Amino acid sequence: MPRSITPLLWLLFSAGGTVAALLFPVHVLLTGLAVPLGWLEAPSYESVRGLVRNPVARLYLFVFISLPLFHWAHRFRYTLYDGLQLKHLTELIAVLCYGTAILGTAMTAYLLWNIT
Amino acid sequence: MSAGVHHTPYHPKWYRRRVSVWWWLQNRTYTGFVLRELTSVFVAFFALVYLWQLRALAQGPEAYAQFLARLKTPLFLVLDGVAFLFILFHSITWFNLAPKAVVVRLKGKRVPDWVVVGLNYAAWLVLSGAVAFIVLRGG
Amino acid sequence: MQPTVALRVARYRPEQESEPTFQTYEVPFRKDWVVLDALNYVKDKLDGSLSFRWSCRMGVCGSCGMKVNGSPKLTCAAFLSDSMPGPIRVEPMDYFPVVRDLVVDITDFMEKLKKVKPWIIRKEERPLAEGEYRQTPDELDTYKQFSMCINCMLCYSACPIYGLEPSFIGPAAIALAQRYNMDSRDEAARERLEILSEHDGIWQCTFVGECTKVCPKNVDPAGAIQQYKLMGAAHWLRSLLLPWGTR
Repeated sequence: MPRSITPLLWLLFSAGGTVAALLFPVHVLLTGLAVPLGWLEAPSYESVRGLVRNPVARLYLFVFISLPLFHWAHRFRYTLYDGLQLKHLTELIAVLCYGTAILGTAMTAYLLWNIT
Repeated sequence: MSAGVHHTPYHPKWYRRRVSVWWWLQNRTYTGFVLRELTSVFVAFFALVYLWQLRALAQGPEAYAQFLARLKTPLFLVLDGVAFLFILFHSITWFNLAPKAVVVRLKGKRVPDWVVVGLNYAAWLVLSGAVAFIVLRGG
Repeated sequence: MQPTVALRVARYRPEQESEPTFQTYEVPFRKDWVVLDALNYVKDKLDGSLSFRWSCRMGVCGSCGMKVNGSPKLTCAAFLSDSMPGPIRVEPMDYFPVVRDLVVDITDFMEKLKKVKPWIIRKEERPLAEGEYRQTPDELDTYKQFSMCINCMLCYSACPIYGLEPSFIGPAAIALAQRYNMDSRDEAARERLEILSEHDGIWQCTFVGECTKVCPKNVDPAGAIQQYKLMGAAHWLRSLLLPWGTR
């Protein structure tokens, strides 16, 4: 039985980083800039809801939100530890970072499971 | 070295300089590194925007309309604009560093780095195009 | 009138001061001179009390690592002409305790090298009668780059993680471990992985990448570490999903 979970945390970090690198730029462009600035028409509520109901879309959104949160948790934890030299708070930082990621994942799972 | 010697990191006559909390401003690579690490904050920010969108979607058309309206406010336009730049920086640094971790050997020879990088950028283009197509066609 | 350049050298004499100071020397500027030549000129002609390490003066022994204008370099490979106009700042390598002037204590590094078991380990040695271990050029190619390390410690001097956390095992040690892991004659990759998966092992590295930049032998320790992380993660997954297969 593997002793440490650091390899798992690194795998989540890598997976999340890859998801974010490949998919986030286009989504930020569309959702964050193109639609609000009026370059594109916002899809209607019903069409978005219909799209999200699709099980493939649910899986996509789960991976889209959850993995990058773990990517942030791992990276930010080390940034605080090294960059700000907060060594004495190392356990607190780890709990806050991974805890937030777990919370976000749980909320995402709950919403995606229950949406009709 | 005799077996009984034990190394200690400190000695009264040695000089050890304490690493400044501003170590990352000392040279360009270090500063670039910290900026790269901070891209994760914007990654988390945008993931949470999507979580927020999901919640608004589940709550109904009024909540969703409110979400869309919020995204139009100057605050969120600026945040999203800055996030876009940082996330682009994340993508570029991520793809450029990919061949360092992922070493593929075909028939005993190492696949050159530019091939791994190129494949990453190609995947990025294809996936971005696919997403744009689905979102624009569905709306 | 022979051109000269100013050399600002860090001095530290524990018997007379508690902190390093700088002393400036005017040395001849020659197109073909490196910083080591200038330092030897100082020691021979200007100030015999200056202490520094050097040996081969041709970039293979790894003894003369120092900071030149803030960057870790081998002084036998740092041309004066590249740092003109002066003054040229010469200091001991960062993140190691300074014993005297430009000399640092390297015991920590030596112990870390030993920790990774840098020798061929086999479950069973082959008897002499069976002949030598054979290796194809492709098999050699998988680890050759990591075998070029001259133990100059410039990578440790460039690594901010080592500076912030002196217990970090460090770039050269991990690259050395990987050199043996990837050697087709070696059978101890799992053993080394256990050592390097500890708290101060490979997982401390955040891929700053400065170690690879300063390496005079193109060992690419950063690459070695990232490959090692992937290996470690793959091993972790395998031992989780197929526990019987990892013996």
